[in-house]
Amino acid sequence: MKIHEYQGKAVLREYGVAVPDGHPAFSVEEAVKVYDKLNSQVTVIKAQIHAGGRGKGGGVKLAHNRNEVERLANEILGMNLVTHQTGPEGKEVQRLLIEQGIDIDRELYAGIVLDRESRKYAFMVSTEGGMEIEKVAAETPEKIIKEWIEPSVGLQNYQLRNLAYGLGLKGAQVKNGIKILNALWKVFADKDCSLIEINPLVVTKDDNVIALDAKINFDDNGLFRHKELSELRDITEEDPAEVEADKFDLNYINLDGNVGCMVNGAGLAMATMDIIKLYGGEPANFLDVGGVANAVTVANGFKIILSDPNVKSILINIFGGIVRCDRVAQGVIDAMETVEVNIPVVVRLEGTNAVEAADLLNNSSLEFLVAKSFEDAAQKSVKAAQGVK
Amino acid sequence: MSILVNNNTKLIVQGFTGQEGSFHGSQMIEYGTNVVAGVTPGKGGQTHLDVPIFDTVANAKAATEANTSVIFVPPAFAADAIMEAAATEIDLVICITEGIPTKDMVVVNEFLKGKNTRLVGPNCPGVISPGQAKIGIMPGFIHKPGSIGIISRSGTLTYEAVHQISENGMGQSTSIGIGGDPINGTNFIDALSLFAKDDETDGIVLIGEIGGTAEENAAQWVIDNNFKKPIVAFIAGRTAPPGRRMGHAGAIIAGGKGTAQDKMKALDLADIRVVENPAEIGITMKKLI
Repeated sequence: MKIHEYQGKAVLREYGVAVPDGHPAFSVEEAVKVYDKLNSQVTVIKAQIHAGGRGKGGGVKLAHNRNEVERLANEILGMNLVTHQTGPEGKEVQRLLIEQGIDIDRELYAGIVLDRESRKYAFMVSTEGGMEIEKVAAETPEKIIKEWIEPSVGLQNYQLRNLAYGLGLKGAQVKNGIKILNALWKVFADKDCSLIEINPLVVTKDDNVIALDAKINFDDNGLFRHKELSELRDITEEDPAEVEADKFDLNYINLDGNVGCMVNGAGLAMATMDIIKLYGGEPANFLDVGGVANAVTVANGFKIILSDPNVKSILINIFGGIVRCDRVAQGVIDAMETVEVNIPVVVRLEGTNAVEAADLLNNSSLEFLVAKSFEDAAQKSVKAAQGVK
Repeated sequence: MSILVNNNTKLIVQGFTGQEGSFHGSQMIEYGTNVVAGVTPGKGGQTHLDVPIFDTVANAKAATEANTSVIFVPPAFAADAIMEAAATEIDLVICITEGIPTKDMVVVNEFLKGKNTRLVGPNCPGVISPGQAKIGIMPGFIHKPGSIGIISRSGTLTYEAVHQISENGMGQSTSIGIGGDPINGTNFIDALSLFAKDDETDGIVLIGEIGGTAEENAAQWVIDNNFKKPIVAFIAGRTAPPGRRMGHAGAIIAGGKGTAQDKMKALDLADIRVVENPAEIGITMKKLI
């Protein structure tokens, strides 16, 4: 789960991480009120969306007086912000963070992620703050300093010193830096995070170390332990169809193509997308209906897929194991009677009772294209989407 | 022959009396798997599906000389269940549970170091040696005894591969689902080394997917060890967009790493036969053998 910068900073503040003074604003009026309260010479207006690259896209601006705050808040709120992470369609800005400006001396980077290779959490810092860290890693990997955290003992003081001195911190900066890095690890460990990224982490002219930005992602599998985090979810940042699918316990991701697919199992769902592409089509979505493919899940799947107007055909690919294919077929037939489906539906059912399932589909009064094999299913659905009989 | 599980497998089912444990427990027994004990804390002394229940894995193992445990425990308690089993130094633990927090698996991974217990999974369909033992949730009937080993990060896509192997007149020595999570027990290399020593495995199907570098590491291992048994590989997720988790927690292209293209290239360099079409896994293996 992703959260906004201002929410991340609130979590960090609880753990004693120094962050700029600031508050969220949902309207221009609120933005001005926050400005009045902050009483800062320079005020930063930051668009709050779940994507990076906001500054370059014009979503972060400096204001020097009340009028400027009003004008810029008005400009950024409601704008369609396009960054390298939003895709060309961009994202509408609905929330702002109004913050005091900070007198920056140096911009650094700090991040914690799982290193799948070593199966440990890795703490990474770099003197190259404010840049895309992937770029730094690719071009100047020596400028990234890493410490791996031993699960049984946690982050140690010597590691914190390695990171702090590696960042070139001096004098009072060292103590301030160590305090903030240690607090970041505490947040990460306490809250089941999957990513914390502070970019930039800044050193001020008066030797403070402050988190100027905050990107925190949580491990979805760990959310059951943190009821307090669930209210931080902003579903307006998510694809509406994906939010809807989530309610039905369906795993759905919207894509750009026109062949809708409904599959059981994530791996087979990806393979189905791949084979559609291989036969010249473009998948419209990833949809894993999971282990239970009955009339209700299939009907919900149809509704979600059909909410995408680009979809021109639907491929149902179910490998029946414990789930019997004839039950799935009956589920598909029942679902087609409750949901109006006006585009061709190709069905491929393999595994337990596949023959009985094919009979059920062929004998029903509904129009299905029953596929004989995986390839046949892909070819039929691609042709159907292209309007070829 | 086979690897990991066979006629000598004596199985404990952790979470035996729960809905999943009951259903799949009875399916495994029906297949002929030797289920010797169930473990459900608080139900020790009872029987379920004619199998004795114990409060702890330690008690179950001591009473039955079980050598393998399978876990159908909900995600919040699954890491603890794995460690409970591993603490008895049982040979093999297969964890089916999906949705275990990564933080818990980091701890489990550390706990397993230096112990003689092998973990398969979590978030996997299990392990089957056709005709001998089925441990997990896979449909038994699609499998046929034979000489092809299957290693896969996926569930139903594994069944697809198994089905294609069977349809093309071959069978499986053992099929292993290694799971779709970022941290798992047995990986591709572990499974390949086991198949390397198995005289009756003549070829291997490797089913990977986007995310991580397990496939690249396997490719390097094949080169370094001059591994000669033919391998057919498929990598799912060529059309997956970066930054999106494709169902499995481990199936995500992050920071430009873990793309299907990179994996296919690495496998190709190791002379592994990479198929672009997931429907051609079986036929390709048939031609190679």
